[in-house]
Amino acid sequence: MVNFYIPETLQQALEIRGKEKAIVFAGGTDLMVRARVWFGVPSNFDKPVVYIGKLKELKGVSMQDGVIHIKAATSLTDLLDDPLVPQPLKDAISSMAAPAIRNMGTIGGNICNASPAGDTLPVLYTMDAVLTLRSVSSTREVPIDEFILGPGKTAIRDDEILTEISFKVPQFDVYTFRKVGTRKANALSKLSFMGMLAFDGDRVADFRAAFGAVAPTVVRSRDAELKIIGKTRDEVVSVIPELLGDYSKLIRPIDDQRSTAFYRKNVSLRLLEHFLNTHLK
Amino acid sequence: MKITFKLNGEQVSVETLPTMRLLDVLREEFGLIGVKEACGEGECGACAVIMDGRLVHSCLVPVAAVNGSEILTIEGYRETERHKVLMEAFAEAGAVQCGFCTPGFVMAIEALLRRNPHPNEDEIKEAISGNICRCTGYDMIIDAVKIAAKKGEGLW
Repeated sequence: MVNFYIPETLQQALEIRGKEKAIVFAGGTDLMVRARVWFGVPSNFDKPVVYIGKLKELKGVSMQDGVIHIKAATSLTDLLDDPLVPQPLKDAISSMAAPAIRNMGTIGGNICNASPAGDTLPVLYTMDAVLTLRSVSSTREVPIDEFILGPGKTAIRDDEILTEISFKVPQFDVYTFRKVGTRKANALSKLSFMGMLAFDGDRVADFRAAFGAVAPTVVRSRDAELKIIGKTRDEVVSVIPELLGDYSKLIRPIDDQRSTAFYRKNVSLRLLEHFLNTHLK
Repeated sequence: MKITFKLNGEQVSVETLPTMRLLDVLREEFGLIGVKEACGEGECGACAVIMDGRLVHSCLVPVAAVNGSEILTIEGYRETERHKVLMEAFAEAGAVQCGFCTPGFVMAIEALLRRNPHPNEDEIKEAISGNICRCTGYDMIIDAVKIAAKKGEGLW
C-alpha cells in the first residue's frame, strides 16, 4: 500500500515530490484508469502519490503583456469557461472526452502524459508554449517541443512539478483545429491537425501547422512553415505540392487499434491541403 | 485514512484506503447502489455523481480527493422537486428502458440544467455525451430533457 499525500501548498507538494519521487496526481482521469484493479479494490499505484488537484496555487489563467499564463492544474472545463483562453485551444479542449472528464482533467495532465494523441498538444506546439517546471530548489522554463520526448516520455525530472504553461497568443486571421476520431465524444484521436495563417495584404505574414497522433511526438516543422511565410497567395499555391511532400516525410504514423498509418497520413495531408486551398485560393 | 465529506447534504466520515475509488466507497460503505459501475474507466457515465457542483465519474476519483468536498448522488437528488419533474419527464418520453444508465443520465442532466436551464438540442447532446445508453437510442432522453426544462420552468 503506497502513501497518498494531500499537501496544502505547492511548497509542500514540491518537498514530497522531491523526497518520495511521488507520482503527481492532478485530475486523475488517466492515472485512475491505469491504476484500476477491480471493483471494491483500491487502485494500484506503484509509487507514492502526491495529489495536487485542489491546490489553488496551481489553478487559474492570467494575461500579462499579451502572454497568457495557465496554471497547470486548471481543469479543462475552467479553460473552456475562461475568456482569456484563445479559441483554438478551446476548440481542442471541447473535442476532448465529455463534460465529466473535462471537469477533472487538467491541461498539465494532458501535457505530462505526453500521449501522441493528447489533443491540446498540437495547439500548444503552434503557440510555442513554454512550460515552467519547479522543484524545491529550482525553476526552469522549457519549450513544449523540447519537453515532450516520445510517447509517455518527457524531460521532467523526478523532483519537478509542471506548474505553468505560458505563451504569447499569436496574431492570426484564420485557423482550423480538426480532430478525427471514431465518434465525437470520448474518442481518442486517430489524428488531429492545427493550422493557422496570418496575412499582410496579399502576403502570408505567419503560418503554423501541427499534426497530432501521427508520429511519436507532435509534428511541427519551422523549415516547412518558412517556405511560405512572406510569399504572396499565388506563390504559396504553387508550392503546396512541395510542402505536402515535406510534411509527408515528417508524418510517420503507426497502425494501431484506432486507425492505420495509411489513413492517418492521407487524412493529415489532405487536411493541410484543404486548409491552405481554402484560405489562399 | 479518515475521509470527511458532505454526502447528500449530510456530513459523513469514513475510514478507508485513500486510493479506493469514490464509486466503491459510495456503494460499499454507504450502500448507495444507484451509483453504477459499467466500464470503470470514465467512458460510460453510469457512475456519475455531482462533486462540488460539477459532474464527475466516481470511478475516476480516489476517495482521498473527496475530503472536504460535497457529493450528490441519485439517492440525495431523489428527494428534490427537480428530480420529480425530471423523472416524470423521463416516463413521459419513454426515456427509461432497462434503467441501468438512468441515474448517471439524471445526474448529467441536473448538472446541465444548473448551468443552463434552457438548453438547445446540441447543448443537451453535449451534456450527455459522456453517458452511454444501450436501450433508448438517446432520442427519448433528449426529449425528456426538453420536457423537464419546460415543465420545470423556474426550478433550475
